[in-house]
Parts: sequence; structure tokens; C-alpha cells
Amino acid sequence: MEVSEILNKLTWKLGGQAGFGIMSAGLVFSRTLSRHGLHVFDTTEHPSLIRGGHNTYFVRAEDEPVYSQIWPLDMLVALNKETIDLHKNELISGGCIIYDGDEIKIDQEGLGRQDIKLFPVSILKMAKDCGGTALMRNAAALGACMGVIEGDFNTFEQVFRDTYKKKGQEILDKNIEIAWKGFEYARNNYANQYDKKIQQIHGAPRRMLINGNTAICIGAIKAGLKFYAAYPMTPASSILHFLAGHEREFNIITKHTEDEIAAMNMIIGAGSAGVRSMVATSGGGFALMVEALSLAGMAEIPLVAVNVTRAGPSTGLPTRQEQSDLQFIMNSGHGEFPKIVVCPGDPEECFYETFRAFNLAEKYQLQVIILSDKYLADANLTYEKWDTSPLKIDRGKLLNKEDLDKMSGPLDYKAFEVTQDGVSPRALPGHPNSVHRRTGNEHDEHGVISEDKNNRLAQMDKRMRKLNGAEAELPEPILFGDSDADITIISWGSTKMPVRQAMKFMHDEGIKVNHLHILYALPFNTKKIKQILQGCKKTLLIEGNKTAQMGHLISAKTGIMPDHEYLKYNAEPFYPEEICDQVKKILNR
Amino acid sequence: MPSVADLTPKSKPTWCPGCGDFAILAAVKNAISQLGLQKHEVMIASGIGCSSKLPHWVDVNGFHSIHGRGLPIITGIKLANHKLHCMVTGGDGDGVGIGTNHFIHAMRRNLDITYIMHDNQIYGLTKGQTSPTSEKGMHTKSTPFGVIEIPINPIGLAIVSGATFVAQGYSGNIKHLTELVKQGMQHRGFAFINVLQPCVTFNHVNTFEFFDSRVYNLQEENYDTTNKANAIIKSEEWGERIPIGVFYETRRSTYADELPQLKDQALVDQDISNINVEHIMEYLY
Ligand SMILES: Cc1ncc(C[n+]2csc(CCOP(=O)(O)OP(=O)(O)O)c2C)c(N)n1
Ligand code: SF4
Repeated sequence: MEVSEILNKLTWKLGGQAGFGIMSAGLVFSRTLSRHGLHVFDTTEHPSLIRGGHNTYFVRAEDEPVYSQIWPLDMLVALNKETIDLHKNELISGGCIIYDGDEIKIDQEGLGRQDIKLFPVSILKMAKDCGGTALMRNAAALGACMGVIEGDFNTFEQVFRDTYKKKGQEILDKNIEIAWKGFEYARNNYANQYDKKIQQIHGAPRRMLINGNTAICIGAIKAGLKFYAAYPMTPASSILHFLAGHEREFNIITKHTEDEIAAMNMIIGAGSAGVRSMVATSGGGFALMVEALSLAGMAEIPLVAVNVTRAGPSTGLPTRQEQSDLQFIMNSGHGEFPKIVVCPGDPEECFYETFRAFNLAEKYQLQVIILSDKYLADANLTYEKWDTSPLKIDRGKLLNKEDLDKMSGPLDYKAFEVTQDGVSPRALPGHPNSVHRRTGNEHDEHGVISEDKNNRLAQMDKRMRKLNGAEAELPEPILFGDSDADITIISWGSTKMPVRQAMKFMHDEGIKVNHLHILYALPFNTKKIKQILQGCKKTLLIEGNKTAQMGHLISAKTGIMPDHEYLKYNAEPFYPEEICDQVKKILNR
Repeated sequence: MPSVADLTPKSKPTWCPGCGDFAILAAVKNAISQLGLQKHEVMIASGIGCSSKLPHWVDVNGFHSIHGRGLPIITGIKLANHKLHCMVTGGDGDGVGIGTNHFIHAMRRNLDITYIMHDNQIYGLTKGQTSPTSEKGMHTKSTPFGVIEIPINPIGLAIVSGATFVAQGYSGNIKHLTELVKQGMQHRGFAFINVLQPCVTFNHVNTFEFFDSRVYNLQEENYDTTNKANAIIKSEEWGERIPIGVFYETRRSTYADELPQLKDQALVDQDISNINVEHIMEYLY
């Protein structure tokens, strides 16, 4: 059968039982498409189980920029029957299923989908014939995918070898042999029946494939992170794993602590002694940290904390998406103290905002919380290497040895000096003229406990003043897209990704939309956001929670409640198609 | 070298007159002075409690943190700047009540830290409730009908948790306590010193008189500080005779010793001005 080809546009899903290498096989495929020169987005879905649950890995690749997953599925790779049952209806007409025909007996009639193609491949047999293990059938399956889309096998082989370097030559060779079998079989038998093709784009830039958590790690390393403490908690754990893996290379100490309380208190200790320090956790772990967060606020200890939200409350849906911690994070810590809450929307913002977070924390001697979520943590996107040349370390009013030498004695030094900008000179322990004490009790300029009312007012006002400086140097919120749009989408955090994708679709359809992505929830730029909202024709708030937490923040700050809201809390990220539908409904299109 | 007077800041302790905490403060200052340490070389962290206010009254670096968290705070400080001589003070509620998790883990970590626990067997700052070390049957504000649980044995817990220097002092013997604090600070590794510290306001059982007639010095007897099993048995001794002195001492590499990251320089001295991440980005290709 001759088919007219569609080049370099593919959505692909691999599904199977947890524990069968879905995640790493999916990553190999994703990287392979990226190295073909394509833009890639990938995301995973898995239950909170080590074995037995259903895992999927979704990859989308195109020759133009992509921002999120989409609904229509071109190719489904089923490592078990359940995958077919669960996902066959996601396939578009003309889509295909690659599966082990020896194990799964199906036909189009039984499927109830005459419009999809069935491509059985004896993947387990191929692995066994080459003397491989059952797990190596994944190589045959990936090879078969490459064969159907007629991609470049050498590129695939290189990615495979790079990804599994540690496995050793012999195992790699065997896997490649198995993959080749799958590739040849599928190319010879099915390629001519399938219209979607992937071709190497020559001259395309090298791109990294990176997710939010890894981007946070690299941003932190670049910013001079020296101490990282954490207690494992999904979906934050990959930050711990990445940093632990690189700790010797960058002279960072990573500490898996006895609990989150210890993690937070340790980084407070390390921060007070002068090293750039970070914790990362998810909601439940953050709940354990907030008493100490308040200590850091009072004692003015710089630190960066990452909250990678998962669907709550309580243990909730530990491996799934939600944006439900905004109000919790903003209000975390008893009493009143200045802090910064930044909500990056994609891996690139994770990188640059993490770098900035460390500068802000030290310049203003306060706590910066990076609010991410499962979706952003794990979704990979392709980017050309980020430019690090504009990134400069700024440690604020940190006194160096020469500054301290000039003082006449430790009484000269006021760790909590009341200044115009609220920021006191910062000296680290270890110099004769910087001997001082910090405390969670209210204290005077020298750190001596004080319950004097005037001192209290002076210290409280001084601490809170620090936010003014921070706010002034933060980037202003902007409206992205058509300036005369018929509707403005408001979102924050990771919802930026599907919103930007939806905007691209709507642009192609001639719908005029723009987007207000709220990057900084604290300090909230009331003036600018109010000004933007006042100029909008219609507004649609989109956020991943039940109670419109950002909506309430916006209305409390600006007095403006968004005209429409679209809230999602089924523990799944937004899809751009549903965002388009919402917009069209509002605009009667 | 700072004298004891040099180590005394302007602000005065707010403890009740006669409180056992004064002796501990004196011993800490004596030890720093006698060891010839400079003020800026020492860091004392603490939690919350009467005892935890001690850092405010020694003129060295201090971090008076929150209830039960002196140990993780000092852990972060020590890892950031392992050149500092690090000490923690706090109460029994702080150490083996709310902070028990850190107590155990800090000891298995064996950082070079001296931890002094002011064991008054009562909650002082919150005005007289039972503590994890209160004796069974003790009547307190929170146990008006007597404590039902048996007390925690901090010495035994420290030994089994991996502390490499474990001792008990008594507020009624400042000279001996000073020596213990000095030994603890000179010990390379985690030194735990439990101090029998009468709370004259809220504990009317474990008073100076109570201890004066009971304490005896292990080092004045034929006692082997290297015998772990024996030390654990000894830690159970509480009655007519109560031992003070060094219970157990051993050597083990410290947590910091095993970190190549600290071999050349303390973390805080490492240059962060231009860290190159190009190769990790390249690796993600
Ligand atoms: C999280 C928390 N819970 C409770 C308290 C109240 N609190 C302050 S000190 C203390 C116990 C004091 O006893 P201890 O630690 O033995 O120290 P002491 O005052 O006897 O020296 C308590 C419960 C607190 N500060 N923080
Ligand atoms: S309440 Fe007890 S422990 Fe606290 S200062 Fe008074 S005597 Fe000392």
C-alpha cells in the first residue's frame, strides 16, 4: 500500500507494567527523536507502585517548537494487553499499535477499531534468540518503532549506548543486536503501511532534553550550591539523586537526613555559616519544615527551598499532578516574615529562576521557595544549551575579611542593624570581629533577645522592608501574545506549558489570545498585574486545583476576579486541547 | 586567649537563682578558656528551653534555634565550616523528647561536635511538666497522678547510637564538669555529656541534696571506658549510687573525615564565583 508521508510529526506512547523498564526505554526513544534534530516534549504517568502498576511514557516530537503533550496519539507500543485496552481510543485514525504478537492475541474486530493498524513483532522471541533477557525485549520494541517510522538506526544506537554506558560493552552489543532485529523486521514488513516518518534534520542545533527537576539542580549548581539536605519524597527525589550523583564533581555535600525537619534545620545551619544551601521536598515534607522556615525568617538566614507539589491532601496521589500548594506555601511559617515564592513554568524558567533564587536569598537574607509540581518535575523538553554568561553571583551585603578587619571589635558589628533597605550587613562566624549570636526570639540589632516594644517594631519593619528591594529587581509580569487579544489566559507555574501550546493552536486558527503567566506569587506585583487585567477584554483563569488559589490571590490583591475559570483536579495535567475548547466556548467560536 | 571574664557578655542569665544551669555555663566558659580557644573559633547552637538560652551568655558565636533542633542546626554549621569548634546545649525535653530523632542520628554520624544535655528531668521553661527522663511515678503539672512510663536512659541511648565519647557530669561539681567538657571538646568525634542539672524551681525530687549523697566518679574506681557492653550496663545504674565521669570512649572516623569535598577547604571557603556547568548540559544531549 502506498501512503503519502507525514514527516517529522509524531506522538508516541509506550505502556506496560511497572518494573519493566518503561521509563528508561521511553527516555531512549525521546532522546533519539531529539537527536534527529526534532523538538521534543515527553511526560510519564505512573501509579505509586514499584511493580505491577501501569506505567506510560509519552513522547511528542516535531520539527517546530513544542510546549506540551497533546491528545491525539499516533503510535502505541504495548508491552502488555492492558496498555491496548487503556489507550487504544487515544489513537488517531490511521494510528498503529506495536506489540508482541506471540503474547497478545488481538484483531481489529476485537479491538473495535478498524481504523488502526496492528503491527505485531515477536519482541520477546527476538530477545531470547539473541540470548538476551526478557527485559531486553524493550530494545526490540524500540528498534521496531524506529523501523516503522524509518528513523536513523545509527542515531538510535548512539543514544542507546550513551544512556546505558554503565551496563558494559557486552550487554550493550547484545541490546543493539536485538534492536536491529526489531528494526529490520518492522521496516521490511510495516514501514510501507505507515505514513508517519522521522528523518534526521541536518544542521539542526544540538539540544538537551531536560526536565524541571534537573534544571533546578543545574541552576543550583551554577549558583554555587554547596549544601543540599533532603529526605526522599516523590516527586522531589530526583533532585536528591542528581545532586548526590554530582556531589564530588562540584564539591557539594548532599545529605539524606533522618527527616525533613532535620533537612530544613541543617540548611539553616549551613546557610548561617555562609554556604549556599537548598532543600527540596513535596507538600507533606514541606509541612514538617515550616517551623524551621519561620526560624530562618526571624534569624534572617538565606536559603532556597523547593516544593515539588503532588496531588494532595495527605499522601494523596503521590506520583500525580496538582497545583494545590500555592496558598500553603505562601502562608507557610507562623508569624510574619518576608519570603519569596517563585513559580517557574517550564524547565528553562526552573534553571534561571533557581539561579536567581540563590542571589535573592543572600542579597535580602531571606527564604526563597521554588514552587514546582510533578508535571514540571518530570516532563522533558528540548532546549539549546542555556546561556550562562549573564549569570553573576551576587552575595549582597556579605562582609569580607578586609571589611571585618577594619572594625574595632565585635560590638561594631550589628547583624540585625536597622537600615533603610532593611538589609543588614552580613558577617559569617569565624572572624574575631564578627562574633555574634542569632536567635529565633525577637532580638535587638546585636542579636540579644529583646521584648522592648519599640525594638520589636523596628526589627519587624526592617525585616519586612527587605521585600521592597526584592520586588523592585524582579522581572515585571508581562502579557505574552497578541496585544489586542479577545481573551487573556491567566495561569501560574507549570500550566504555562499547555497554555503556550494551546495558544499556538489558536493562533493557527486565527483566535486572538494572550497569556499572563504569574511567575512570582510573592512578592505579588499588584500594580502591574492590576494594570494588565484592567486592560483585558476577557480573562480566563486556568489552574490545577479545586479552589482557584491563584484566583483568590489575584482578587485579594487587585480587587479583580477573573471572568472565567477552568480548574482541574483529577490529578492529571492540562491538555492544550481542553484549554482551546474553553476559550472557544467563551468566545462562542 | 580569652579569660572567663572575656567570655562573659554584657547580658546576664535569666535563670532562677540556684539553678543547675549556672554550673554548666561556668564549665563551658572554663573549658573554652582553659583550652585556649579564641571566641571566634567556637560556635554554640541550642534549641529552646531554659538550658538552650546558654549561648546568649557565652561570648562566642551562637545560634539559639527552635525546640529540639540544636543538633541539625550545628550539623549544617559544622559541614559548612568544619574549622569551627562546635557545641550544642539544651534540655532533656529538647534532646530526648522532641529532638530524639536527631539525637540518635547525630551520634551515628559522628561529626566532631560536643553535645551537653542539661538533664533536669523536668520541663523548666514551660513551668514544670514531665520530661522523658522524669522518674516513673513523678508528679508534675502534666502528670498529676504520676508518670506511667519509665524514663529514657540518655547515656545508654548515646552509646548504642554510636556516640564516640559518652560521659555524665553533675552541676554540683563544676571542676569535674569542666574537665568533662574539655575532654569532650578535645575528643575527635561526637561527644555526649549528660549533665545532672537540678531544676530548683520545678523538680523537688532530683535536687542537689538528692545527687550530693549519690553521685560517685567512675574514674575513681576501677572502670574500663573502652568496654561498650559494660558501659551500657553501667548506664542503667540509678539509685543509691549514680555514676558520673566518662562511661565510654572510642575512635571512629568522623563524618567530615569521609567527605573528599572537605579535603582541601571548608565548604564556606570554596570559590563559587564562576562554576562551569557546560558539561552537564552537554551530557543531557
Ligand atoms: C515546637 C515546640 N513545642 C513546644 C514548645 C514549648 N517548649 C519550650 S521549652 C519546652 C521544654 C523545656 O524542657 P527542656 O527541653 O527539658 O529544657 P529546660 O527548660 O528544662 O531546660 C517546651 C515544651 C516549643 N518552644 N516549641
Ligand atoms: S525553671 Fe528550673 S531549669 Fe529553668 S531556670 Fe529555673 S531552675 Fe533552672
